[in-house]
Amino acid sequence: MEKRELICIGCPLGCPVTVSMEAGEVVSVEGNTCKRGDDYARKEVTNPTRIVTSTVMVEGGADVTVSVKTRSDIPKGKIFDSVKALKGVTVKAPVKIGDVIVENVAETGVDMIATANVAKA
Amino acid sequence: MKAYDIVIIGGGPAGLAAAASARRSGVTSILILERDKELGGILNQCIHNGFGLHTFKEELTGPEYAARFIEQVKELGIEYQLNTMVMDISHDKVVTAMNREEGMFAIQAKAVILAMGCRERSRGALNIPGYRPAGIYSAGTAQRLVNREGYLPGRQVVILGSGDIGLIMARRMTFEGANVKVVAELMPYSGGLKRNIVQCLDDYGIPLKLSHTVVEIRGKERLTGITIAQVDGRGKPIPGTEEDYDCDTLLLSVGLIPENELSRGAGVDISPVTSGPVVNESLETNIEGVFACGNVLHVHDLVDFVSEEAGAAGKNAADYVRGLRKNCSGNEIQMNPVEGVRYTVPSTIRPDQMDDKLTVRFRVGGVYKNCYISVYFDDERVMRRKRPVVAPGEMEEIKLEKAKLLEYPDLKTITIKIEEA
Repeated sequence: MEKRELICIGCPLGCPVTVSMEAGEVVSVEGNTCKRGDDYARKEVTNPTRIVTSTVMVEGGADVTVSVKTRSDIPKGKIFDSVKALKGVTVKAPVKIGDVIVENVAETGVDMIATANVAKA
Repeated sequence: MKAYDIVIIGGGPAGLAAAASARRSGVTSILILERDKELGGILNQCIHNGFGLHTFKEELTGPEYAARFIEQVKELGIEYQLNTMVMDISHDKVVTAMNREEGMFAIQAKAVILAMGCRERSRGALNIPGYRPAGIYSAGTAQRLVNREGYLPGRQVVILGSGDIGLIMARRMTFEGANVKVVAELMPYSGGLKRNIVQCLDDYGIPLKLSHTVVEIRGKERLTGITIAQVDGRGKPIPGTEEDYDCDTLLLSVGLIPENELSRGAGVDISPVTSGPVVNESLETNIEGVFACGNVLHVHDLVDFVSEEAGAAGKNAADYVRGLRKNCSGNEIQMNPVEGVRYTVPSTIRPDQMDDKLTVRFRVGGVYKNCYISVYFDDERVMRRKRPVVAPGEMEEIKLEKAKLLEYPDLKTITIKIEEA
């Protein structure tokens, strides 16, 4: 049986989690203190994902940038493609939290959305 | 002179949560004074996710978390003034502030809530030898430049200190195309959250060198390189362990200091351990009617706990203004942090003034594995909690119940310590 030691990133508590695996299948998860930790551990050893956050430039706004995130987590291997997809993207003010900035970013099926409000200048 | 029941100094997460809570506790005359051009404080530049799991049961970014509280403050009709710098708070709660429109003006408050937050420890406090070239930033300054102003401060980066902002910026600069070569940490453990080491360093193969510091800075106009070395148990560099790195940028993430110049000016007692005010169970300072919450009180890791603490401060300030506070019968219990526990907030507890439950927050001074957090009422151990690991970078808490405290009418001291399992 293979054991993997992880630190859960589900919340800032950072619980140390041990995942036991047999032939690529998760047998047990120990050390987590909530359901979120169990979910994280199972995903992390099979298909690790992350929420990606960054910024894009804003035209004609009270601020010059607006922060963005992937609406949900995406495969770890797609992080850099998602960040690159934001290069050169400029949005016009006003921007509202939740506005779609890039649809289906890097073919992940997940939209990149705004996480801040920017009023017109 | 203008007059308000409650004046709140600072419109960041602490000030916003305190204001909303005070309003909901029945006080309508509230003013928030904020020096920036917008509410939300440092959250506005903390664009990463991980905020709000405790408060909203969902994972938000900093600006989204701030927006929730800003919305509440607006819906509750709470007054605020932006671009306004508080210059002085007097012992009798006259707040002197200034802005471009009104110049200097004074406000009489019945209660003041200190919510000014903290600032980053700077290079000057570290005494790193070498030239003073461009390219050396605090991690928070770099965060502002990248996230708010759209500039990348440099391309070849070394980070000194493993505070959370430094870790977050290691990932952020990597996303923006910079090469983050190493994070050096003086202490034998990281000052940041474990999750940030995993998702900001490990994910991107950025090495973390514990017990290392910067011993030389090169470059006259612009930074060209630095040298790090391993340090011994007393923090002294060990000769022969030097490693050179070429870089154009050095970020410092070496600690946060509560910003208490105004508090000191008002005559508030400051703890030498936290650099924040000494407070009782009501989060009230030694000056009656002056309360403190958030990072100005003690530096937090989680904004969720700032909001919770500030909510308590807001309610307590409202009770004070409305004359709802019971007369104190006198028993004041001293908190006694020893053996691994560096401090507690609050420092004193008057059981008849506390709510049914009181959260006592504290930090430990080192990394302890398989230990107990133990609580003693005078000499009697009343609580013991097993912990696989505790570390200075992660704030701890215990909850005290009023009913239990009232069973001990002569209790003088509550001791919190780390005990070996």
